[in-house]
Amino acid sequence: MTLRGEMFMEQPSAETLKVILAGHWKLGGELPKADKVQQRLESRPGVRHLVFDTRGLADWDTGLLTFLVNVGTFCSQQNIQLNRDGLPPGAKRLLELAAAVPEKKDARKAEERVSFLIYLGNETVNFFRSAGQLLEFIGEAVIAVRRLVQGQAQYRRADLGLIIQAVSAQALPIVSLICFLVGLILAFIGAIQLQLFGAQIYVADLVGIAMVRLMAAIMTGIVMAGRTGGAFAAQLGTMQVNQEIDALKTLGISPIEFLVLPRMLALALMMPLLCLYANVMGILGGMVVGVGMLDIGFIQYYNQTAAAVGLWNLGIGLFSGTVFGVIVALAGCMRGMQCGRSASAVGDAATSAVVTAIVGIIVSTAVITILCNFLGI
Amino acid sequence: MTETAAHITVRDLTMAYGDFVLMRDLTFTINRGDIFIIMGGSGCGKSTLMTILMGLKAPAKGKVFYGEVDFWGADPQTRNRIIRRSGVMYQSGALWSSMTLAENIALPLETYTNLSPAQIREVVKLKLALVGMAGFEEFYPAEISGGMQKRAGIARAMALDPEILFFDEPSAGLDPVSARRLDDLILELRESLGTTMVVVTHELASIFAIGNNSVFLDVSQRTMTATGNPNQLLAETRDPNLRLFLTRGEQS
Ligand SMILES: Nc1ncnc2c1ncn2[C@@H]1O[C@H](COP(=O)(O)OP(=O)(O)OP(=O)(O)O)[C@@H](O)[C@H]1O
Ligand SMILES: [Mg+2]
Repeated sequence: MTLRGEMFMEQPSAETLKVILAGHWKLGGELPKADKVQQRLESRPGVRHLVFDTRGLADWDTGLLTFLVNVGTFCSQQNIQLNRDGLPPGAKRLLELAAAVPEKKDARKAEERVSFLIYLGNETVNFFRSAGQLLEFIGEAVIAVRRLVQGQAQYRRADLGLIIQAVSAQALPIVSLICFLVGLILAFIGAIQLQLFGAQIYVADLVGIAMVRLMAAIMTGIVMAGRTGGAFAAQLGTMQVNQEIDALKTLGISPIEFLVLPRMLALALMMPLLCLYANVMGILGGMVVGVGMLDIGFIQYYNQTAAAVGLWNLGIGLFSGTVFGVIVALAGCMRGMQCGRSASAVGDAATSAVVTAIVGIIVSTAVITILCNFLGI
Repeated sequence: MTETAAHITVRDLTMAYGDFVLMRDLTFTINRGDIFIIMGGSGCGKSTLMTILMGLKAPAKGKVFYGEVDFWGADPQTRNRIIRRSGVMYQSGALWSSMTLAENIALPLETYTNLSPAQIREVVKLKLALVGMAGFEEFYPAEISGGMQKRAGIARAMALDPEILFFDEPSAGLDPVSARRLDDLILELRESLGTTMVVVTHELASIFAIGNNSVFLDVSQRTMTATGNPNQLLAETRDPNLRLFLTRGEQS
């Protein structure tokens, strides 16, 4: 049996409406709506006073209070005097408490509807502003590097060690898997085409050059963007939420030197090593296809690869790797430092760190490729 | 007390987040060795006022002077030098979560002093003991309670024996006895080291026990309505809002 609250209305005089409340006025039960009182009041415009009779009320909770608040709002709009004397004393006091601090009007965020043009304008301005922030951040990072070279940078060696471990040794399994498979896939795709000409042996050249010059660095960069860039943004973002970064600033310690510098350094140092390792894994992947499927001899494959991959290719690959490392670190740290003060802002920071890093990697690959083309290497 | 010299002077300060003006026309002076209380309802901008005094957020209008130096008019290096002589305890503790309490307190010492590691360990031990947390050196912030995080934050703020200490609600979340001990600590630091304290607090008992100067921020008027010794304010004020605040809303 559901509990029911009852409401009756009577009019002792033309100016007064008496609302009689009875039964169980508890949330979850069947309760009459405040609209009924409102309809009644609208149909009798002469009513100036509202009184309550709650002698029949068995028990009540928030269900009664919300009803009374709704009635009260309507009455104050219509200038009808509300007499709370008939209410249970507890309910009366709670209502008074609820009304003690007036609603702060300007605290509520105004929900404006903006026209498309304004939206477009704002977005454009924001775009340029964020480009400015990016440059500013890079500038600060460069200054931090200068101070590092001068031996003045304030950071903890122990932190640097931990970060190096996190971005190198702990990244090996995933880098192995991805690069091995990429090498394998490249070999497969190449093999099908090259077999048509009976030139299977050139699979070794294809895989070797592609991996060493480009793919190893890009794949490692993308893995690190997802794995490490996101982690950096989340770490720094959480520190922002907890005012830990403010605490560094008020101590006069530059958060760029203390937090960003070791991360950038760790990635810049470790990415070339990871790339080197990724090269080996990629070539191994290609070799599995070459030796296993195309019947190329192991030594033959090795010699072919060694002849195809020049030192220049290796140099360009490692250089790209270093650049990608710096990009991943900068993107992660910048998004983390710009993070707002909420849990969802940390999520946004991690997402946009990964996106920024991947875009940065692709764009800089294009730049490096075009430059190499110009320089003829 | 000996002669009073202005330590921090705030003149015609307006603070705002974008278009949302929190407080305008704030003018008051914090003297050397004061225990200065910032009072006001929740959300009226006390923490924001602190961030302006500490150099984290620029004021919308007006000036802050440290001694004779115009704080926000100065270049960042000067600002940094001034603020380095202060210690801050944040409302949320803001301990560095990846470091132990000992490392948290040691960081300022490692950065700005030439103490040996052994000396630093001793200082850390003392500071933790002062806030009643001896023996918690090797704990991480996540492993201790909220009130303990507050106290560890205070220990960190005191690490360098700064000239000015900013405390944002130091006793919120503490039991009455610890809160009382904290009051004693604040008074003691002022007596022995002459530290200027800027304290945001709602604890009336604390306000009257330790405060010798204060400012009251009134939300409804969007400005300060009183400044001076809180005991004197209670005795003399006619402002109903301030009376309500200082008497917990009991006499109106
Ligand atoms: N980053 C921000 N952006 C916009 N508005 C903010 C921001 N931080 C605080 N505010 C607003 O400024 C007002 C004052 O905040 P502040 O933290 O200074 O209050 P407070 O006086 O310290 O309150 P409490 O006693 O509860 O700590 C609040 O109304 C809040 O909505
Ligand atoms: Mg606050």
